[in-house]
Amino acid sequence: MTIKIVFFASLREALGVDSVNLQISGSCSVSALIKQLSDQHSAEWLEILTAENIRVAVNHDIINEDVEVADGDEVAFFPPVTGG
Amino acid sequence: MEKKIQVQEETFDLRAEYDHLRSVSLKVGAVVTFTGTVRDLNEDESVQVLHLEHYPGMTERELDKIIDEAAERWDVIAATVIHRVGDLYPGDEIVFVGMSSQHRGDAFASCSFVMDYLKTRATFWKKEKTEEGDRWLTTRESDVTAADAWDKAQ
Repeated sequence: MTIKIVFFASLREALGVDSVNLQISGSCSVSALIKQLSDQHSAEWLEILTAENIRVAVNHDIINEDVEVADGDEVAFFPPVTGG
Repeated sequence: MEKKIQVQEETFDLRAEYDHLRSVSLKVGAVVTFTGTVRDLNEDESVQVLHLEHYPGMTERELDKIIDEAAERWDVIAATVIHRVGDLYPGDEIVFVGMSSQHRGDAFASCSFVMDYLKTRATFWKKEKTEEGDRWLTTRESDVTAADAWDKAQ
Protein backbone atom coordinates (compact mmCIF):
# COMPACT_ATOMS: atom_id res chain seq x y z
CA MET A 1 0.00 0.00 0.00
CA THR A 2 1.19 3.48 -0.78
CA ILE A 3 0.95 6.63 1.31
CA LYS A 4 1.83 9.96 -0.25
CA ILE A 5 3.61 12.30 2.12
CA VAL A 6 4.02 15.99 1.33
CA PHE A 7 6.05 18.75 2.99
CA PHE A 8 5.69 22.50 2.81
CA ALA A 9 7.58 25.75 3.35
CA SER A 10 10.50 25.70 5.83
CA LEU A 11 9.91 22.00 6.48
CA ARG A 12 10.32 21.13 2.81
CA GLU A 13 13.55 23.12 2.69
CA ALA A 14 14.89 21.49 5.87
CA LEU A 15 14.21 17.99 4.47
CA GLY A 16 15.26 18.88 0.93
CA VAL A 17 12.28 17.10 -0.64
CA ASP A 18 8.67 18.09 -1.34
CA SER A 19 7.06 14.66 -1.33
CA VAL A 20 7.77 10.97 -0.85
CA ASN A 21 5.75 7.83 -1.46
CA LEU A 22 5.96 5.35 1.36
CA GLN A 23 5.14 1.67 0.97
CA ILE A 24 3.47 0.19 4.02
CA SER A 25 1.88 -3.13 4.80
CA GLY A 26 -1.74 -2.67 5.86
CA SER A 27 -2.66 0.45 7.77
CA CYS A 28 -0.25 2.23 10.07
CA SER A 29 -0.34 5.16 12.47
CA VAL A 30 1.11 8.57 11.67
CA SER A 31 3.70 8.10 14.41
CA ALA A 32 4.77 4.75 12.89
CA LEU A 33 4.97 6.44 9.52
CA ILE A 34 7.30 9.12 10.94
CA LYS A 35 9.47 6.37 12.43
CA GLN A 36 9.64 4.58 9.08
CA LEU A 37 10.60 7.80 7.30
CA SER A 38 13.35 8.48 9.83
CA ASP A 39 14.68 4.94 9.48
CA GLN A 40 14.79 5.34 5.72
CA HIS A 41 16.42 8.78 5.76
CA SER A 42 18.08 10.04 8.94
CA ALA A 43 17.50 10.75 12.61
CA GLU A 44 17.26 14.40 11.65
CA TRP A 45 13.93 13.61 9.95
CA LEU A 46 12.51 12.42 13.25
CA GLU A 47 13.59 15.64 14.92
CA ILE A 48 12.15 17.84 12.15
CA LEU A 49 8.85 15.99 11.78
CA THR A 50 8.15 15.84 15.50
CA ALA A 51 9.15 19.43 16.33
CA GLU A 52 6.66 21.06 18.67
CA ASN A 53 4.99 23.46 16.24
CA ILE A 54 4.69 21.10 13.27
CA ARG A 55 1.16 20.58 11.96
CA VAL A 56 0.01 17.30 10.41
CA ALA A 57 -2.90 16.87 8.02
CA VAL A 58 -4.37 13.64 6.66
CA ASN A 59 -6.32 14.03 3.42
CA HIS A 60 -6.45 17.81 3.95
CA ASP A 61 -7.75 17.61 7.53
CA ILE A 62 -5.56 18.75 10.42
CA ILE A 63 -5.11 15.99 12.97
CA ASN A 64 -4.50 16.65 16.65
CA GLU A 65 -3.77 13.09 17.68
CA ASP A 66 -2.21 9.99 16.20
CA VAL A 67 -4.48 8.39 13.59
CA GLU A 68 -4.30 5.38 11.31
CA VAL A 69 -3.60 5.98 7.65
CA ALA A 70 -4.35 3.62 4.78
CA ASP A 71 -3.68 3.05 1.10
CA GLY A 72 -4.07 6.17 -1.01
CA ASP A 73 -4.05 8.60 1.93
CA GLU A 74 -2.12 11.83 1.69
CA VAL A 75 -0.27 12.97 4.80
CA ALA A 76 1.09 16.52 5.00
CA PHE A 77 3.61 18.04 7.37
CA PHE A 78 4.01 21.80 7.61
CA PRO A 79 4.88 24.69 9.91
CA PRO A 80 2.26 27.12 11.32
CA VAL A 81 0.55 29.04 8.52
CA THR A 82 1.42 32.66 7.74
CA GLY A 83 -0.95 33.77 4.98
CA GLY A 84 -3.11 36.84 4.67
CA MET B 1 -25.08 31.78 -0.09
CA GLU B 2 -22.88 32.56 -3.05
CA LYS B 3 -19.25 31.52 -2.49
CA LYS B 4 -16.21 32.40 -4.53
CA ILE B 5 -12.78 31.08 -3.57
CA GLN B 6 -9.71 31.61 -5.69
CA VAL B 7 -5.99 31.01 -5.15
CA GLN B 8 -4.06 32.58 -7.99
CA GLU B 9 -0.84 34.26 -9.08
CA GLU B 10 -2.60 37.11 -10.88
CA THR B 11 -3.87 40.21 -9.15
CA PHE B 12 -7.57 40.89 -8.80
CA ASP B 13 -9.93 43.65 -9.89
CA LEU B 14 -11.43 45.28 -6.80
CA ARG B 15 -14.26 46.90 -8.75
CA ALA B 16 -15.24 43.62 -10.43
CA GLU B 17 -15.19 41.76 -7.10
CA TYR B 18 -17.26 44.46 -5.43
CA ASP B 19 -19.77 44.44 -8.28
CA HIS B 20 -20.14 40.69 -7.98
CA LEU B 21 -20.80 40.91 -4.21
CA ARG B 22 -23.27 43.76 -4.66
CA SER B 23 -25.21 42.37 -7.61
CA VAL B 24 -25.62 38.79 -6.46
CA SER B 25 -28.99 39.58 -4.88
CA LEU B 26 -31.32 42.56 -4.45
CA LYS B 27 -31.40 41.70 -0.74
CA VAL B 28 -27.82 42.93 -0.39
CA GLY B 29 -27.75 46.08 1.72
CA ALA B 30 -24.10 46.05 2.78
CA VAL B 31 -20.83 45.03 1.17
CA VAL B 32 -17.64 45.00 3.24
CA THR B 33 -14.34 44.28 1.57
CA PHE B 34 -10.84 43.89 2.96
CA THR B 35 -7.62 44.01 0.94
CA GLY B 36 -4.25 43.02 2.34
CA THR B 37 -1.14 44.43 0.69
CA VAL B 38 2.61 43.80 0.84
CA ARG B 39 4.40 46.18 3.16
CA ASP B 40 7.95 47.20 2.34
CA LEU B 41 9.00 47.01 5.95
CA ASN B 42 8.64 44.03 8.20
CA GLU B 43 10.74 43.87 11.37
CA ASP B 44 12.98 46.65 10.12
CA GLU B 45 14.44 44.89 7.12
CA SER B 46 13.84 45.94 3.58
CA VAL B 47 11.63 43.37 1.85
CA GLN B 48 12.39 42.97 -1.82
CA VAL B 49 10.18 40.00 -2.63
CA LEU B 50 7.48 38.23 -0.66
CA HIS B 51 7.05 34.65 -1.82
CA LEU B 52 3.73 32.99 -1.09
CA GLU B 53 3.35 29.22 -1.11
CA HIS B 54 0.25 27.12 -0.37
CA TYR B 55 -1.09 23.58 -0.15
CA PRO B 56 -3.32 23.15 -3.21
CA GLY B 57 -6.53 21.38 -2.34
CA MET B 58 -6.30 21.88 1.40
CA THR B 59 -6.19 25.66 1.12
CA GLU B 60 -9.41 25.88 -0.88
CA ARG B 61 -11.08 23.44 1.48
CA GLU B 62 -10.05 25.41 4.59
CA LEU B 63 -11.28 28.66 3.05
CA ASP B 64 -14.58 27.00 2.19
CA LYS B 65 -14.97 25.81 5.79
CA ILE B 66 -14.13 29.27 7.16
CA ILE B 67 -16.79 30.90 4.97
CA ASP B 68 -19.34 28.26 6.06
CA GLU B 69 -18.55 29.00 9.71
CA ALA B 70 -19.04 32.71 9.08
CA ALA B 71 -22.40 31.99 7.44
CA GLU B 72 -23.47 30.02 10.50
CA ARG B 73 -22.81 33.02 12.71
CA TRP B 74 -24.01 35.89 10.56
CA ASP B 75 -26.35 36.65 7.70
CA VAL B 76 -24.09 36.20 4.66
CA ILE B 77 -25.50 36.53 1.16
CA ALA B 78 -22.22 36.26 -0.73
CA ALA B 79 -18.61 35.68 0.22
CA THR B 80 -15.44 36.04 -1.83
CA VAL B 81 -11.91 35.13 -0.83
CA ILE B 82 -9.04 35.61 -3.26
CA HIS B 83 -5.48 34.89 -2.15
CA ARG B 84 -2.45 35.37 -4.31
CA VAL B 85 0.58 33.06 -4.41
CA GLY B 86 4.01 33.27 -6.02
CA ASP B 87 6.36 36.25 -5.92
CA LEU B 88 4.83 39.52 -4.75
CA TYR B 89 6.39 42.95 -4.34
CA PRO B 90 5.90 45.87 -1.94
CA GLY B 91 2.59 47.56 -2.69
CA ASP B 92 1.07 44.46 -4.33
CA GLU B 93 -2.31 43.19 -3.21
CA ILE B 94 -2.08 39.79 -1.48
CA VAL B 95 -5.54 38.95 -0.25
CA PHE B 96 -9.14 40.01 -0.79
CA VAL B 97 -12.05 39.15 1.48
CA GLY B 98 -15.49 40.48 0.61
CA MET B 99 -18.80 39.79 2.30
CA SER B 100 -22.25 40.97 1.38
CA SER B 101 -25.18 40.92 3.71
CA GLN B 102 -28.50 42.58 4.34
CA HIS B 103 -27.03 44.81 7.04
CA ARG B 104 -23.62 46.29 7.78
CA GLY B 105 -23.15 44.63 11.17
CA ASP B 106 -23.12 41.15 9.64
CA ALA B 107 -20.94 42.23 6.74
CA PHE B 108 -18.33 43.91 8.97
CA ALA B 109 -18.20 41.08 11.53
CA SER B 110 -18.12 38.23 9.04
CA CYS B 111 -15.39 39.91 6.98
CA SER B 112 -13.26 40.37 10.07
CA PHE B 113 -13.92 36.78 11.15
CA VAL B 114 -12.97 35.28 7.78
CA MET B 115 -9.75 37.29 7.69
CA ASP B 116 -8.80 36.35 11.27
CA TYR B 117 -9.44 32.67 10.65
CA LEU B 118 -7.68 32.75 7.29
CA LYS B 119 -4.56 34.03 9.07
CA THR B 120 -4.38 31.08 11.43
CA ARG B 121 -5.97 28.24 9.44
CA ALA B 122 -5.56 28.62 5.69
CA THR B 123 -2.47 26.78 4.45
CA PHE B 124 -0.36 29.63 3.11
CA TRP B 125 3.26 30.37 3.98
CA LYS B 126 5.23 33.56 3.41
CA LYS B 127 8.92 33.82 2.74
CA GLU B 128 10.61 37.20 2.72
CA LYS B 129 13.53 37.75 0.45
CA THR B 130 15.53 40.65 1.91
CA GLU B 131 18.98 42.14 1.47
CA GLU B 132 20.04 40.09 4.49
CA GLY B 133 18.83 36.83 2.92
CA ASP B 134 15.67 34.71 2.77
CA ARG B 135 13.49 34.12 5.78
CA TRP B 136 10.25 32.20 6.37
CA LEU B 137 7.80 34.23 8.42
CA THR B 138 6.58 32.91 11.74
CA THR B 139 3.10 33.19 13.19
CA ARG B 140 2.33 36.47 14.91
CA GLU B 141 0.98 36.10 18.42
CA SER B 142 -1.54 38.88 17.72
CA ASP B 143 -3.03 36.84 14.83
CA VAL B 144 -3.54 33.84 17.09
CA THR B 145 -5.12 36.06 19.75
CA ALA B 146 -7.51 37.56 17.18
CA ALA B 147 -8.69 34.13 15.99
CA ASP B 148 -8.97 32.84 19.57
CA ALA B 149 -11.22 35.77 20.46
CA TRP B 150 -13.81 34.54 17.92
CA ASP B 151 -13.61 31.03 19.39
CA LYS B 152 -14.38 32.42 22.83
CA ALA B 153 -17.22 34.55 21.47
CA GLN B 154 -18.93 31.46 20.06
